[in-house]
Amino acid sequence: MYPIVARQDLAPVTKLLVIEAPEVACKAQPGQFVIIIVEEHGERIPLTIADYDRRAGTVTLIFQEVGKTTRLLGTKKPGDELFAFTGPLGLPTEIENYGTVLCIGGGVGIAPVFPIARALKEAGNRVISIIGARTKDLLFWEDRMRGVSDELVVTTDDGSYGRKALVTVPEKEILESGEPVKRIWAIGPAIMMKFVSLTSRPFEVKTIVSLNSIMVDGTGMCGACRVEVGGKTRFVCVDGPEFDGHEVNWDLLMERQRIYLDEEKRALARFEEMCPSCRGEQH
Amino acid sequence: MPKERIPRQEMPRQAPEERRRNFEEVALGYTLEQALTEAQRCLQCKKPQCVEGCPVQVRIPEFIGALRDKEFRRAADLLKDKNNLPAICGRVCPQETQCEARCVLARKEEPVAIGRLERFVADWERQNGVRVPPKAPPSGKRVAVIGAGPAGLTCAGDLARYGHGVTVFEALHAPGGVLMYGIPEFRLPKDVVEAEVEYVRSLGVELRLNWVIGKIKSVHELLEEGFDAVFLGTGAGLPMFMGIPGENLSGVYSANEFLTRNNLMKAYLFPEYDTPIKVGRKVAVVGAGNVAMDASRTALRLGAEEVHIVYRRSRAEVPARKEEFENAEEEGVIVHFLTNPVEVLGNEKGWVRGLRCQRQELGEPDASGRRRPVPIPGSEFDMDVDMVIMALGTRPNPMVFTQSAGLERTRHGTVVADENTGRTKLERVWAGGDIVTGAATVISAMGAGKRAAADIDAYLRGEGNQVWWVEPAATAAS
Ligand SMILES: Cc1cc2nc3c(=O)[nH]c(=O)nc-3n(C[C@H](O)[C@H](O)[C@H](O)COP(=O)(O)OP(=O)(O)OC[C@H]3O[C@@H](n4cnc5c(N)ncnc54)[C@H](O)[C@@H]3O)c2cc1C
Ligand SMILES: Cc1cc2nc3c(=O)[nH]c(=O)nc-3n(C[C@H](O)[C@H](O)[C@H](O)COP(=O)(O)OP(=O)(O)OC[C@H]3O[C@@H](n4cnc5c(N)ncnc54)[C@H](O)[C@@H]3O)c2cc1C
Ligand code: SF4
Ligand code: SF4
Ligand code: FES
Repeated sequence: MYPIVARQDLAPVTKLLVIEAPEVACKAQPGQFVIIIVEEHGERIPLTIADYDRRAGTVTLIFQEVGKTTRLLGTKKPGDELFAFTGPLGLPTEIENYGTVLCIGGGVGIAPVFPIARALKEAGNRVISIIGARTKDLLFWEDRMRGVSDELVVTTDDGSYGRKALVTVPEKEILESGEPVKRIWAIGPAIMMKFVSLTSRPFEVKTIVSLNSIMVDGTGMCGACRVEVGGKTRFVCVDGPEFDGHEVNWDLLMERQRIYLDEEKRALARFEEMCPSCRGEQH
Repeated sequence: MPKERIPRQEMPRQAPEERRRNFEEVALGYTLEQALTEAQRCLQCKKPQCVEGCPVQVRIPEFIGALRDKEFRRAADLLKDKNNLPAICGRVCPQETQCEARCVLARKEEPVAIGRLERFVADWERQNGVRVPPKAPPSGKRVAVIGAGPAGLTCAGDLARYGHGVTVFEALHAPGGVLMYGIPEFRLPKDVVEAEVEYVRSLGVELRLNWVIGKIKSVHELLEEGFDAVFLGTGAGLPMFMGIPGENLSGVYSANEFLTRNNLMKAYLFPEYDTPIKVGRKVAVVGAGNVAMDASRTALRLGAEEVHIVYRRSRAEVPARKEEFENAEEEGVIVHFLTNPVEVLGNEKGWVRGLRCQRQELGEPDASGRRRPVPIPGSEFDMDVDMVIMALGTRPNPMVFTQSAGLERTRHGTVVADENTGRTKLERVWAGGDIVTGAATVISAMGAGKRAAADIDAYLRGEGNQVWWVEPAATAAS
């Protein structure tokens, strides 16, 4: 069992949990993820390692409550334990001194972009970051992102905070401004990563995205996570999760993310029925 | 005095029309009376041929003799002497090509039902309390076993009995390997697997779950951190696909994913269990091995109206166990021989709507000695299906090899290891099971785990061959 040692509510549906897992913390690197099972009968879900503390032996996860499993996870407090916790999985981000880089985080994707931006900064890059969310309530870690960025742009779709724009708007402006951006990282919903990639394509700036396909084992054993990159089938859990966004077959990824939509609705409805106090409530 | 001929006792089974819709075990096991009657059939040969056919040399006449005398406990102990997992082997061993194939009775009549008797004794023991066998005094040595499949569990159990400290590292959240995630409940109930794992644990073996070696630690690190030896038993879990168009459509599963969702994650109990699974109205399963049988029979049980097996060779080449192929046909699985998929067809939403196939004819024998299927030009036709399961075979997962320089592998991705000892090219690292042979059988994986445990024990005690690797003329199968 893996004890939860701290919890923070970053936004109404965005929670942070710190898990005690010394061996994972010891090996974790930016870009990697873990697979967890919340309770015994639960499913295996992947979550990015948002931060880690090797000395304290902890791993930080940030998640958005979207369905049954993440809602259940959202009910957990310090002192509770996770049933399973496996990692670090996936390949780490290729951190180098590229010169100027652009880090873009959308929604809950701000969490996984943070350790990447920090590592890029430590490697000597000039880091420009853009973080965006649908609305002010969903934003978090502005300070932490500012701390590791030379410049930070904040956007909201509805203009409730920062610039009223999608992240692709400042992205395009920065690329047009003549900033010598050598590489872009973009993490967020598939649709956002798709458009960030489309925006950067004419500028021929390599754009790395972190794909969130459906997974089971996370070790290359099942093939649930397969995607097409550059016309070839790749397994996100072992060949990724980071890939060249200009090569990803986005429509396929998004279709495959929807495979269990009916079952997900059923599971959530059942969860809400069984646990009325969890419905839309904040902890 | 001529022995009275007793017919081989039939195994009671659930009727096909009933069992095709439930996940309960198909074969129900002998009654006490049947078991005693069947045990009578054994001639108690002085030089038992049957033992030669068993990869772990189970003391067959002895345990059957004890059973016949109703000394169940002694029968169980005799069985356990060579086989740590008898309740499993009794259920899934391909007996017809192993022990039973060599039984002297097989020349004139039906062989003794060794597997069924083994199952009976093991089940008796499970119901009447498992006894922990004596262990050698602690050796002070520590061994890391990677992978909790049959190879790893067997190796770990034996090493513990030899007195070594054993830690098993398993990537998944449950031990058992293919026994847990691959072979379905209706062939191998999971509580049987759990009981066998419990037995290994009771020997003092420590199990660390959720540890992916190659990610959280490398083999070299384990050796540096104080393990005196490492045994690799990580199996062959990497699924293969055909590389045909449409293979990534929604509704195309690898058999591994389909079976893992169902068996390990218990998707058939959704929403009691959280993991979902889809099942088509009409399902095509590509391949005809044990894995394809398990996938097709699982699809039926999940409610598919029609399940079609698509196989490019003919009936004579079917690689699945005979019993399981018959079971599948009895349950209503439709088999298409000499048929090979060339494309998965999709609808506008990215879901499977059909499988384009091509008919084959048998040509010259290929490397495997089986006649090679040759496509018949212009014979393409479309099967009306809405789900496709690829059961084409598996290869070793390369993850465990991360940062383990010195471990030599073949071009098939398997580890080069000495067949008799399990030694790899890397000192103090042994390997056995599917990771060495490619996808094989439970009992061969167990045999490899046993041989490696014996060699590890000898090596750690400074006995046996202390020269690590002698280039064998014939073993390094490539
Ligand atoms: C490598 C990787 C890293 C991720 N990191 C994060 C993260 O740091 N924070 C975060 O909030 N989310 C992250 N996700 C997404 C997260 O795994 C899903 O939100 C979660 O599985 C949803 O489960 P649910 O039961 O709450 O929702 P459901 O209602 O079951 O599903 C909602 C949506 O989530 C996706 N999903 C469902 N099951 C799975 C599954 N087993 N594996 C992957 N996706 C699934 C599907 O597209 C689905 O439509 C990551 C995904 C991947 C692949
Ligand atoms: C569906 C199916 C049906 C079958 N039916 C039969 C049958 O009827 N009869 C029969 O005899 N055989 C059958 N087989 C074959 C048999 O199950 C295998 O040959 C046998 O399980 C191999 O044992 P193993 O211990 O080598 O590997 P596995 O059983 O594959 O176990 C390997 C274990 O190692 C773990 N692992 C992998 N990588 C790592 C890592 N990096 N770190 C830590 N752990 C790791 C895996 O999670 C797994 O638990 C079947 C196989 C399948 C898939
Ligand atoms: S372990 Fe398998 S091969 Fe050996 S005697 Fe038992 S059933 Fe036969
Ligand atoms: S060969 Fe057959 S008859 Fe002889 S001991 Fe073995 S099982 Fe009994
Ligand atoms: S999640 Fe199973 S192979 Fe990637």
